[in-house]
Amino acid sequence: MSVLVFAESSEGKYKKTALEVTSYGKKVAEQLGTNLVVLTINSSEATMLYTYGAEKVLTVTNDKLNVFNAKLVANIVKQAAEKESAQVVIIDSNANGLYFAPMVAANLNAGYASNVIALPSETSPFTVKRKTFSNKAFNNTQILTNIKVIALAKNSFGLVENKVSGTTEEFSPVLVESNLVSASIEQTSGKVTIADADIVVSGGRGLKGPENWGMIEELANVLGAATACSKPVSDLGWRPHGEHVGQTGKPVSSNLYIAIGISGAIQHLAGVNSSKVKVVINTDPEAPFFKAADYGIVGDAFDVVPKLIEKLTEFKANNA
Amino acid sequence: MKILVCISHVPDTTSKINFSDNNTKFDSNGVQFVINPYDEFALTRAMWFKEKQGATVTVATVGNASTEPTLRKALAIGADDAIRVNAEALDGFTVAKELAEVVKNGGYDLVLAGKESIDYNGGMVPAMLAALLDFNFVNACIGLEIEGDKATISREIDGGKEMLEANLPLIIAGQKGLVEEKDLRIPNMRGIMMARQKPLTIVESSNGNTTTSIVSFEKQPAKSACKLVAADNLDELISLLHNEAKVI
Repeated sequence: MSVLVFAESSEGKYKKTALEVTSYGKKVAEQLGTNLVVLTINSSEATMLYTYGAEKVLTVTNDKLNVFNAKLVANIVKQAAEKESAQVVIIDSNANGLYFAPMVAANLNAGYASNVIALPSETSPFTVKRKTFSNKAFNNTQILTNIKVIALAKNSFGLVENKVSGTTEEFSPVLVESNLVSASIEQTSGKVTIADADIVVSGGRGLKGPENWGMIEELANVLGAATACSKPVSDLGWRPHGEHVGQTGKPVSSNLYIAIGISGAIQHLAGVNSSKVKVVINTDPEAPFFKAADYGIVGDAFDVVPKLIEKLTEFKANNA
Repeated sequence: MKILVCISHVPDTTSKINFSDNNTKFDSNGVQFVINPYDEFALTRAMWFKEKQGATVTVATVGNASTEPTLRKALAIGADDAIRVNAEALDGFTVAKELAEVVKNGGYDLVLAGKESIDYNGGMVPAMLAALLDFNFVNACIGLEIEGDKATISREIDGGKEMLEANLPLIIAGQKGLVEEKDLRIPNMRGIMMARQKPLTIVESSNGNTTTSIVSFEKQPAKSACKLVAADNLDELISLLHNEAKVI
């Protein structure tokens, strides 16, 4: 018996969510009175995983896996789950995790719960709390199969150190065939992505035009944040589609979300509601975002944001 | 080319979400149901393949009779026929198993769906369907072209996009980008009239066992009021974010 976690790496380095699912997996293993096994592909850095509680690390090394293929990875996770007699398989909610996790469940004929935000409230029947109705509510879901597959929502558990003296084992699974071919990858390098960001700075129509985004980027820079925008802004072509956050855009579950000149339409709020702390800066005190935010400033972005950049730069210098 | 578009029947985004029976059931009283917005992107792309490349488009859902108006709306937008699998959609895996039977029986080359439904947000049905059928599958798809039996696909990845190539049969879980919001169609009167004549076939459930069960719902706890900070007192905002919220 075991709990199996898949820790995703990129160029050999673990993503933050990989360490989060490892932290979470350790606690689930403790609840079940069993060990945590962490599976990694093309990453040799096992020590980091021991720090977060991995008693055993399975490493798969194969050049054929340098480019992500969901079918191959799902099948490898299935083989690892069978080898380790995993009762629970835990995967993160990055783009790749969300892609292949349901395939793992189907491969194992296992019940699957995504958007899980907390440790199981019970282990028998196995019950987890999940976000539902586009963050307007939660549900408690029992997984009824012997093996359970869960996808942990980002930033819902955090990183919890739990140092163990783990062991590493080479694992050589059989690779299935796939004729789905990755032709090319375009990645915006050097910028914090919305998916990975702890802080997101987002601008709306209140900024009046794309030429005014300099201060949004500067504010994001000071905070080490990603930049985002509301739907009208991406529809108007002021900002690239990839920055659109909200119901039909990207979901945000950062620690801090700063909305500047965004009124807070219900579709927008649905996409950003799971951010822990929300700050709104808007000239209109009646803007619906004030009802959803934790902190608000009624004021003109053109006046407030430059001052905020100045103050934050000072704060960062003093708290470095 | 035979296309199947999987449609989920969901509460409109602006609906108030309430629960009944001691918070164990979704309360659909007074709720307007619509085609799941992500599925609508998929349906709209399917319409393009129908009009430009002569594809036939079938829409399918798993649900009881109350989902039929949603299927009729898809027919009014232009789908050729509809299938309703007569079963409660209680669990994504079970829904995927039901749809797998539909795909096997219909011999579809391309299955299009939204990447998730806006009610249960499971994001699992298309991927499970692909695993059950051993079809190629691309999630979070933001572009799809098909020439003969070759598909060129782009998908959103964290911080960028990936271009992929595959042969049909293929399953796609789409989102905005597959088509743009301005491309979405509102059914016209002629479409609505024609939809009444189009076939809507009801097939019985293949009786998959449920793998999960929702035992209760909880609403978001009431939010404490927004703390307002004066625009000329940004030091206070920074102090609140640092000391109280601990996010900077």
